[in-house]
Amino acid sequence: MANQPKGSIVGLGVTPMGKIYGRRAVDFAAEAIALALDDAGLTKNDIDGLLINANIPNDMDPRTQMALGFENLTLINVMNGYGSTAGAMMQYACMAIREGLAKTVVLVYADAPLTPSRGAGQSYSGPHRFPLNGMAGLKAHYGDFGANLGYAMAARRHMHLYGTSEDHFGIIAVGQRKWAQMSPRAQMKAPMTMADHHNSRWIAEPLRLLDCCLVSNGAVAVIVTSPERARDLKQPPVHVLGYATCAPGDNLNTARHPAVETGAKRSGEMAFRMAGITRDDIGTCQLYDCYTYTVLVTLEDYGFCAKGEGGPFVADGKLGPGGSLPTNTGGGQLSGYYMWAFTPLSEAVVQVRGQGGARQVPRNDHVLVSGNGGILNFHSTLILSRHPSS
Amino acid sequence: MSQTASKPVPIPDTVSATFFDGARGGELMLQHCASCGGWSFPVRERCPHCFAGSLGWRAASGRGTLYTFAIMHQVMHPGFAASVPYNVSQIDLEEGVRMVSNVVGVANDALRIGMKLEVCFEDVGDNVRIPKFRPAAD
Repeated sequence: MANQPKGSIVGLGVTPMGKIYGRRAVDFAAEAIALALDDAGLTKNDIDGLLINANIPNDMDPRTQMALGFENLTLINVMNGYGSTAGAMMQYACMAIREGLAKTVVLVYADAPLTPSRGAGQSYSGPHRFPLNGMAGLKAHYGDFGANLGYAMAARRHMHLYGTSEDHFGIIAVGQRKWAQMSPRAQMKAPMTMADHHNSRWIAEPLRLLDCCLVSNGAVAVIVTSPERARDLKQPPVHVLGYATCAPGDNLNTARHPAVETGAKRSGEMAFRMAGITRDDIGTCQLYDCYTYTVLVTLEDYGFCAKGEGGPFVADGKLGPGGSLPTNTGGGQLSGYYMWAFTPLSEAVVQVRGQGGARQVPRNDHVLVSGNGGILNFHSTLILSRHPSS
Repeated sequence: MSQTASKPVPIPDTVSATFFDGARGGELMLQHCASCGGWSFPVRERCPHCFAGSLGWRAASGRGTLYTFAIMHQVMHPGFAASVPYNVSQIDLEEGVRMVSNVVGVANDALRIGMKLEVCFEDVGDNVRIPKFRPAAD
């Protein structure tokens, strides 16, 4: 058959998430890997590959291998495309497995930036993080700190060009909160209305608090092996049918518009071609949602609607429970947990397996997963499936 | 009693010295490639258009339009406690580069994408002047 899986996901480990203090990222990583091994019915000695997602504090480094006690790994690396990394890690793992370089590879993301003494919004920032030298100092003088501003500027541009509104962002946040209420690992479960969204405080206009992702302490681990080996393991295999990445370039060239034209377009086209399926085959999307706006622009670039029509497209609540395109069914990073692209990847595994409980979607044959990093400067696409061929 | 914190003042380094020297003299200096004629920002060692290692400096027009902006409400550095909410803006310069800066001389709620802007310079101490943008005179 034409479109065989490139690899298969056989284990998933998700630790408790959120304000869990006093533990290091590597300790969360160890717990997630232990959970994933148990989930897969494998032991640590079965693992011969370890791919580590870098994180913002840079405390997940190559020495994680020693900290975790792995030995004789034949595939080991720290990878970083910011929030797009999980998709690139999956590519590398599957290619290595197909080349015979490793048989069973763990992919892990872990982070522990939350501390009791500061607000979540300061987790990745602080005066110590601001260099003063040269052009970096110029940026600091302008007060251009962190991702919130960059995404706010992107969202503003989209609103200007296409009439996208606060209601369009709000319906995404409200829908994901409803999903989160059905997800055991989600951090935010209090009911949210459109009024709650519109009344939440400004972070960086046009983005409000409830347009922004959470910050989480925790870890996710995923175990990948060959489709042949996956058949004999404990869980229903989740087959990787397509993967692609695209980085559209920087935002500071007037010929480029990554704020409104993301790498989802090119990487989506490549991944769908590889998988041999179309958008109509997708039953649920798990899309990177650092902000509500990211979901909207990603749907456009995957072609679910035309460029600029993302607002009207989501306005009927089709992404929420009971909608025609259930999206971010674990609550995403807005209401679930913030583990970069391991948030959408982990929920995709749950949905493909049919283990979503109250939030399980009926059409789980093919799931579209996105990752995004920088200020929409990096993108990854994965297509996961219950079926070993398309 | 707490001291009032200041906004960070950039310390010019080797690669950015021409930019800051220009600002001190009231000129917006940008890198310009002798090979392909392309302009670039922020400071680089090699032309992002043709990859030649022949970047020099030229005074830019200082004219542009507002591409997009955001109004920051978070205080991520104590020097901005008295400034929030403040704008951070992207300005499309006539030369083809998109520069991040602040727009001054206009209320945040009067900012409009597409408005014509021109560079101006603000003394920030330590013999450093910073290019900012204001609504164009004409």
